[in-house]
Order: sequence, then structure tokens, then C-alpha cells
Amino acid sequence: MEVVVSLAVGVLVASGVWLVLRPRTFQVLIGLSLLSYAVNLFIFSIGSLAIDKEPIVQAGQAADLLHYTDPIPQALVLTAIVISFATTALYLVVLLALRGLTDSDHVDGEEERP
Amino acid sequence: MTGLAAIDHLLLAPVLLPLATATVLLLLGEQRHTARAVLDVASTLLGLAVAIVLLLRVDTQGPSSAVYLPGNWPVPFGIVLTLDRLAALMLVLAAASGLASLLFSLARWHRAGVHFHPLFQLQLMGLNGAFLTGDLFNLFVFFEVLLAASYGLLLHGGGAARVRTSLHYISINLVASLLFLIGVALLYGVTGTLNIADMAERLPHVPVADRGLLHAGAAILGIAFLAKAGAWPLNSWLAPAYGAASAPVAAVFAMLTKVGIYAVLRLWTLCFPETAGSSALYGADALVWGGMATLAFGAVGMLSSQQLGRLASFSIVATSGTLLATIGFGRPALTAAALFYLASSTLAATAMYLLVELLERAREVETDPPVEVAAGPLPSFVDARSAAEVNLDDQEMPLIGRAIPAALAFLGLAFAVGALVIAGLPPLSGFVGKLGMLSALLDTEAAVWGAGPAARWSLFALLIVSGLLSSIALMRVGIRQFWAPQDRPAPRLRIAECLPIGLLLGACVLLVVRGEPALRYLRDAAESLHRPEQYIDAVKAARPVVRVPETRP
Repeated sequence: MEVVVSLAVGVLVASGVWLVLRPRTFQVLIGLSLLSYAVNLFIFSIGSLAIDKEPIVQAGQAADLLHYTDPIPQALVLTAIVISFATTALYLVVLLALRGLTDSDHVDGEEERP
Repeated sequence: MTGLAAIDHLLLAPVLLPLATATVLLLLGEQRHTARAVLDVASTLLGLAVAIVLLLRVDTQGPSSAVYLPGNWPVPFGIVLTLDRLAALMLVLAAASGLASLLFSLARWHRAGVHFHPLFQLQLMGLNGAFLTGDLFNLFVFFEVLLAASYGLLLHGGGAARVRTSLHYISINLVASLLFLIGVALLYGVTGTLNIADMAERLPHVPVADRGLLHAGAAILGIAFLAKAGAWPLNSWLAPAYGAASAPVAAVFAMLTKVGIYAVLRLWTLCFPETAGSSALYGADALVWGGMATLAFGAVGMLSSQQLGRLASFSIVATSGTLLATIGFGRPALTAAALFYLASSTLAATAMYLLVELLERAREVETDPPVEVAAGPLPSFVDARSAAEVNLDDQEMPLIGRAIPAALAFLGLAFAVGALVIAGLPPLSGFVGKLGMLSALLDTEAAVWGAGPAARWSLFALLIVSGLLSSIALMRVGIRQFWAPQDRPAPRLRIAECLPIGLLLGACVLLVVRGEPALRYLRDAAESLHRPEQYIDAVKAARPVVRVPETRP
């Protein structure tokens, strides 16, 4: 499972970085979203990956990561998702405003001169 | 501990007060300009008073920092707010520059777009929270709060230039925030805690196999902070964004780069002190040399900029560079001088941004003939009549040596004071800070230096050269603004615009006049920064309040 998650994070980061470096505002937006998905997955994997485990310490079992999954990364991911959702929405508004003001979807508001 | 005195709860006020004010301001609606302005100013004034009370209190309390548990959970698990001398200083600085910018905005800018006042209060809340929090993830949350507010404030006033630079600013900060998250996640993965004090305590016990991961996490986190502090080469966004922002907003932004510096200072001194074994002073070279590159970049940028706004932005870059390089040496005497420099240059840069608008306004008259714009929604800011009409003697000739108009005299004096502080020339506070840094660098008795003598002498030379370059740049602008124009109408200034500038520069002068207590305070602050065990012990010793059940008779 670790391999699958690391591959997913790697692919997402690679595509995200490539898109963020593109000249169109929409590409940058999608790139930032992909990067934030990758980061969320990464945070999730920091708390040791486990299938079918609850983030609750059961009575009668030792309170270590063998018996429950760490709840803190999940809480962090939740906060990070909310924040990145809000900032993405804001970015979208600025993107549309720039499109309206300059009639161009280039990140600089004007096409590069050759 | 069974109960808290009322004054202990005051530690929560710098976060709660702006939040509550922002909520009320939003509810008040967009139409009630006066009510909003009065409420905003009153709340910011109250915030400044609270910050000063906290500063005086933390100073008399001694070395241990005040700790407050907002959720009343035991320490490594719950949220912690901590206040030490450094945090108190930053609170006062944020409140002071915030108040000045707000007063300035009341003349015109606060009506140039919607929701200026709530965004402004949220900005203050983010700043205060970032200075107070003792928890890495809350630091992230407060960073996001202050950044989200700053996105809105940067867009305030509208226009293509602001929207374009906002897009760049937002993109860079979003990527930096993602790096922040990665760094936090790595540090959590290695140490298993998010509480900064707890983390600092556990770091020496991290096994060797995990050290690489730990250092990678710290470095990624550091990059996020350095991008916000405006360190070279991560600062190409700074000058365009700050230059495009409206004057009061740019003045608040002068404080934003200091949050990055604060975060570096707080985390680095706590997590990687000299006693940290194999991680001791990790990244010191990067801070020192990166800071020097930033300082050089800022100084050259100041020299190359034609507009005063850009010049002020590059002076902020130079300040960041100076601070990062001096912090990187990890010496208390140097840090104390750097903190003094931080205080005076923040105040001066804020005043400079406010001054920029008044000076640009005076210059517009030169190029454009005055137009009657009495019917417009905004008041006209310049005398419609030219000074040649007013300022004539009996022969109808302009009189050289006639008393200069009070407004121009004020602008000139304020510019001179601000320039002296920014360039670090005597007799003002910038000089005291720079002199402190230079003499601390000369101190050869300090046994171990984080970086070698090469770094020490390079910084010494660079501090002097950058002072020279910035004074040349500022003098050139001053000559162009005040001496070159011949018959220029005096700009009409308002009290609301002059008062904050006067107050800020007055604070700079006060820093010199009362230099001894200020330096003593900052020396104590630096000493306790470089003794992280004080901070750690204070946080660890905090206990949740136990409510004693009332026994009924």
C-alpha cells in the first residue's frame, strides 16, 4: 500500500508542478489543486498507513499505533482541505477578474512578445 | 493551579478582540461608514493598549513566559498560547503599525472598496495569533488567516495592476503554504508532536536514522517562512505586490514579512540551539549567506528603483536580509541588536509607505495641470490653484527664501527622518540598531561562532555598504522630490494623514531617547530566546485549570 500511495503522491506532485509552471491561469489553478491533493495524501500517510483501523483506543488494548490509527493527521488533513478549498475559490475569483480586466488568460495579463 | 486571575485571560484578547470586531463590522453593513470607522479605530486602539499591558507584564514577570491553555487541555495535546518578550514586542509593533495604517486609510482609502475594515481586523487577528501560538499547526492556521486577509486587502481599490500582482502573490503564497504543510507533516512524523516546546524537547532524542527526515522537514518549513520573509531568491513577488497595494495596505504589509522572520527566529532558536547535539545550529550557514544575498539584493534594488514605492519595498527586502543574516549567527548580543533594528525599521517602513502616497500626490500636480474635480465622489487632494499665484511678492515675482508651506515642510521633515532611520544614519534609531550589530560582530571574545570569520567580515562590510547605498538612493529621491521642482503647489494634507506618520516617526525618535530601557528589554528577549529551556519549561509547567466542585452547605 505504501508503494501505491507514494506513487500517487509522486504523480500528483509532478503534474502539479508542471501545471503551476504553465503560462495559463487555469492551468496554474489546476496545478495548485493537484499539489494540495498530493500534500493532503502525504499528511495522511505520515500517521502510518493502516486499513480498517479506528482512530480510537479500544479498552483492554495497549494504546500504541499497532492497535489504532493516529487521529491527528486526519484532523490536519481536514483543516488543510477546508483552507485549500477556500483559497482555491479565491484564486478562481481573481483569475476571472484578471480575465475580465485584461482580456487574456495569461498569468501576466498579456501575451509574451516573441 | 486552581484558577486564573482575570488578567491571565488577557492573553486571549489579541486574537479574540479583532475576531469579534470583524464580525460586528460585517454585521454593520457597508453603508455605515462612520460607525464602522469609529468601531475599527476603537478596537485597534484597545488592541494596542492590550499589547502594551502584556509587554509590561511579561517584562516584570521575569524570564518565564506566560502560557495560556485556551481549551483547558493538558499541554502537549491541547492548543497553547505563549507570550514571551519577543512575542510581546511583535504584538506591540503589529498593533502600532496597524493603528497608523488604519488612521491613514480613514482619509480616503477605506471607502475605495468593500469590506476594508473587517479584512483589516482579520489581518490583525492572523498576525497576533501567529505571534502568540505555541503550536505548529495553529501557526499554519493563523498564517492562512493573515494571508487570506492580505489577499483581500491587496485587491482593495481594484484595477488591473492590483489584480495581476494579486494573482502572482496568491500563487506564490499558496505554494509556500503547501511547503509549510509538508514541513509540518514531516516534523510531526519524526517527533510525534505539534507543540513547539514539546517538539524542541524531543528533538535531541530523535534516532540517527530519522535525522535526515527531520532536517528535510525543517528545511522545507524554513523555505516556506523564507518565502514569506522575502529572502532572496524567493522574493521576486514582493516589490510588485507591495508597490501595487494601496498605501495603508502596503503599510500593514510591512509587518507581514516580519512574521516570516519571527517564525524563523522562534522555531530555529527553539529547535536547533547550540546544545542540540548533531543538529546544533542546523541551517545557520543558509540563514547567514542567504540573508546576506538578500541584503545585497535589497540594497541594489533600492539603488535601481525610480519610484519611492519600489524603493520602500526594496528597503523591506534589505531589512529582512539583515535580520536573517544576524539571526543566523545565533549570538544573543547580535540578536538583541537585530530586534532593535527590526522594531525601528518596521515603524519607519510603515511611515515610508504612507509618505509615498502623499509625495506621489504632490508630484502628480507637477505633471498634470490641476483639474477641477469637486463634483467627484472623492475629494481632490491638491490645491487647484498653483503656488505661483499665491506665493508672489510685491513685484509679482516668486520669492526665493520665502517660508515654505507647512505641508511641504512636514513632508520634507518626515521623509528626512524616515530616510535616516531606514539608512541607519545617526542620530536616529536605525543607527543604534546598526551600531549594535556592528559592535557585536566585532566582538572576538565570543568563543564559538555559528559561521566562520569570513561570514562575519562579509556581513560587517555588507552592513556598511548597504547603508551607504540606501542613503544614496534615498537622498536621490529626496532631491528629486523636494529640491528639483520649482513652482509647485503645496499639497493639501489632512490631519488623518499626517497624524499616523508623525506618530510612527515619533515612536522611532522615542526609541532613541528611551534607548536604554528598550535595549535592556531586547537584550533580555534575546537572552531568553537563546536559552530555549526557559520557554520549554514554562510551556511544560502549564497545567489545566481544575474546577473545584462547589460544596453546598
